[in-house]
Amino acid sequence: MPILEVSGLCAGYGASDVLHDVSFSVEQGGITTILGANGAGKTTVLRALCGMLRSARGSIVLDQVQVNGKATESIVRLGVGHVPDGRGTFMNLTTEENLRVGAMTRRDKAAVAADFERVFSYFPRLKERRHQQAGTLSGGEQQMLAISRALMLNPRLLLLDEPSFGLAPLVVQDIFRIMRTINEVQKVAILLVEQNASLALDLASTAYILETGRVVMSGPAHELREAESVRKSYLGY
Amino acid sequence: MEAFLHQVFSGLANGAIYASLALALVMIYQSTHHINFAQGELAMFSTYLAWAMINAGLPYWAAFGLTVVASFFIGLIIERAIVRRVADAPVLTVVVVFIALLVILNSVTGWIFTYTIKVFPSPFPEEPLFGPYISSHEAGVVGVSIFVLVTLFLFFRFTPLGLAMRATAENAVSSRLAGIRTGWMLALGWGIAAAIGAIAGMMVAPIVYLDPNMMSGILLYAIAAALMGGIDSPLGAVIGGLTVGVLENIMGAYVVGTELKLTVALVVIIGVLIFKPTGLFGRSFVTRV
Repeated sequence: MPILEVSGLCAGYGASDVLHDVSFSVEQGGITTILGANGAGKTTVLRALCGMLRSARGSIVLDQVQVNGKATESIVRLGVGHVPDGRGTFMNLTTEENLRVGAMTRRDKAAVAADFERVFSYFPRLKERRHQQAGTLSGGEQQMLAISRALMLNPRLLLLDEPSFGLAPLVVQDIFRIMRTINEVQKVAILLVEQNASLALDLASTAYILETGRVVMSGPAHELREAESVRKSYLGY
Repeated sequence: MEAFLHQVFSGLANGAIYASLALALVMIYQSTHHINFAQGELAMFSTYLAWAMINAGLPYWAAFGLTVVASFFIGLIIERAIVRRVADAPVLTVVVVFIALLVILNSVTGWIFTYTIKVFPSPFPEEPLFGPYISSHEAGVVGVSIFVLVTLFLFFRFTPLGLAMRATAENAVSSRLAGIRTGWMLALGWGIAAAIGAIAGMMVAPIVYLDPNMMSGILLYAIAAALMGGIDSPLGAVIGGLTVGVLENIMGAYVVGTELKLTVALVVIIGVLIFKPTGLFGRSFVTRV
């Protein structure tokens, strides 16, 4: 039973569509990745899922609940943590306040306190910079903060928009290692949208390839890794 | 010297009122990036509500409290019914809407209550209790303003709702992705701004007398104060308000004369916009990419 089932999704900005009849699913507790080059429509997929595009048509079912047409905040409250394109940092708030905003919808104080400790154990850098203005964090730290903010929501499904973008390779490895931990320990399902195909295919169990707004290939990640066309276009060997 | 000190203290009292109204402007500016030109007329309308309640026999502080609550809901309703609909409209549309609100509130008030100048009571005693330089009303105004400012500071700094409102003002998209109902946060901001304005109106009315145009000058001082502090800085608005209040009084008493007092505010507005558009406390963003 998939936690997220998308079928026939069309969406775009203004008059023209970016996505054409996109279908995919994320298994309960699984990791799915959507790969694609710049401009393929990856970010648009995530925005459509979270009700950020009025133009979105098609069916989006989150754990048996139809979420099309719902407001972003209502979809999020169903347990969807979205780490957005550009990281969405609250620059003028402190690191800790950013995390408290992430936990805003929750009433279980003890569990929130435990989650604070948990994200600080994933990312000790954030604990060190707890009282620092978030706008002064480095790009990597802001990415860690964005992931942590989404985790503070206690999500069932985590949507990640190119978490590797613009970061040093070591930081990227760190972040991908922690995403695996989050998935294994917290049983959070992950939908990862990436340009870095090699890393994404290592992490995910299922993969889809998006080209100019259409799914052109899909299957188990290890099979796609072997496919010659994927190797040539996305892995570069 | 005594006369000078008196000018300073009464300047501070006026300045506290400008500071409150400037703070209301800053609150709206932070979330909408527009100056609400109708903020002063909203405050004036609220003050008439208080006047009507007091005239109907309510004790002063009961009328005061009811007015603050009523103003909160008026602000909330204006946001939900009108401002929301032009949220994505071009700047000029929003400016026109705000100016229309100003004119409508002004003329509706005049129509209901007439344009005759009315006396509005002060809740503070006649005789000066705090020495020769400051009247009891002026001291009371300063006290009430400090109370309002401290309450707001505590609310925004230490409550989850305050944090949600700050988050919404800064980044509405990220706030929605954290599950915050940003529409309500904006409406709440308008409500609080209108409530602050109502207090400022009730505090200034005993000094300038109640009439439908009583806030037009005050709003200019408040805009000058908000700009001087940096239009997106609450602390700047408060310091700007006090500075403009004292400056206005001293310039009026010793330099330009009372007729040109309001001109001081306009000179400050133009001066800040030309020489230091970010104001004294305006943010030059500290960000790394």
